[in-house]
Amino acid sequence: MTDFDFKDRYSRQIRFRHIGEAGQARISQARVAVVGLGALGTASAAQLARAGVGYLRLIDRDVVEPSNLQRQLLYTEEDARNATPKAIAARNALAAANSGITVEAVVDDLDASNAEHLLADVDVVIDGSDNFEVRYLVNEVAVKHNIPWAYAGAVEAHGTSAFLRPGRTPCLVCLLGHGARVGHDTCDTVGVISPIVQWMASYQVAEVLKYLSGREDALSNAILQADVWHTDVRLIRMGGPKPDCSCCGRREFASLGAGRRALSVTFCGRQTIQVRPQEDVALSLPALAERLRPLGTVRANEALLQFETEGVALTVFSNGRALVHGTDDPARARSLYAQYIGM
Amino acid sequence: MRIRLNGKDVSLPDGMTLRDLVRHYDLDGEPVAIERNGQIVDRQAFEAEVIQEGDVIEMVRFVGGG
Repeated sequence: MTDFDFKDRYSRQIRFRHIGEAGQARISQARVAVVGLGALGTASAAQLARAGVGYLRLIDRDVVEPSNLQRQLLYTEEDARNATPKAIAARNALAAANSGITVEAVVDDLDASNAEHLLADVDVVIDGSDNFEVRYLVNEVAVKHNIPWAYAGAVEAHGTSAFLRPGRTPCLVCLLGHGARVGHDTCDTVGVISPIVQWMASYQVAEVLKYLSGREDALSNAILQADVWHTDVRLIRMGGPKPDCSCCGRREFASLGAGRRALSVTFCGRQTIQVRPQEDVALSLPALAERLRPLGTVRANEALLQFETEGVALTVFSNGRALVHGTDDPARARSLYAQYIGM
Repeated sequence: MRIRLNGKDVSLPDGMTLRDLVRHYDLDGEPVAIERNGQIVDRQAFEAEVIQEGDVIEMVRFVGGG
């Protein structure tokens, strides 16, 4: 427990008239899960921890790498040198920043087998993930258990964020359908700069603080899209859920059902794992080759693409199937797929 | 025809559908949501929705990175 006086510690937030003492008391009782602790997740988690959210569950499958340090503000060079699991490094940093709250670290891959266990007992879920497989899963748990969640994503200098409340706003499936999810830009292929991530994280957290402090009337109910390089901001009003939505209308939970996951893995001999989308997709190999060429060696023909960079080798087929060479860890294989192919 | 797209006036060929618009901006297969004159349009309706002169359209791309 902390030796600081509660009212003094949170005085600037309590003095903010839209939160006040009552709002702060509610924030201190709240439980929030953060899925993914990259740049978005660490930025959001840091703000929530300092704001005094009583309980944070930090979920991430990866370890800290040197390329994270440019924008993932909770990590140190020592974390990268030691390859500390992100959830642990983030928990340690946040525990040092606020000992008056509880921070739990979960070093695991969020999937259909554990998603409800890890997310159903919190008040809000923050999306800090880097892929849509996880986001569709979070969306299903959110709808099934009536938990609001904050979507955010950023690449290059642009990003998008929305706070989605089951029954009140559209859900992710209302907005995007089940759409194609494989083969798009990722932070690893097109890069990302810190300011856009911090902005999207701040928008997420602002909406979450309104909700947690009991000020739902102040929620924007809008999707924010911004580009910090071209200095463009758009706000799109969301309206209500789609009545015939397969997820929040008919309550069909495709990702959760029968342990189904968007990316299945199988072992193919030593140090090679096959990763494939649940359904075949039409992946443009020339477009993928163009994205990956600056990052390593690319060889491509009509049927397949081979990509090699430091410590990573991928063979990708046009139906979305990929062979990940150089690892025996399914979580790492899925991570590399999300990083370089995008999903 | 002229429409307002993401806050800018743009000229597009007549008879374009929302699906054509998505293709036009090379976003086919990307997670994109479209608001047309204040209403979010169901993704399955992109093919059938023909853009009209003076439409106000917001096209939002849901990006993956985090």
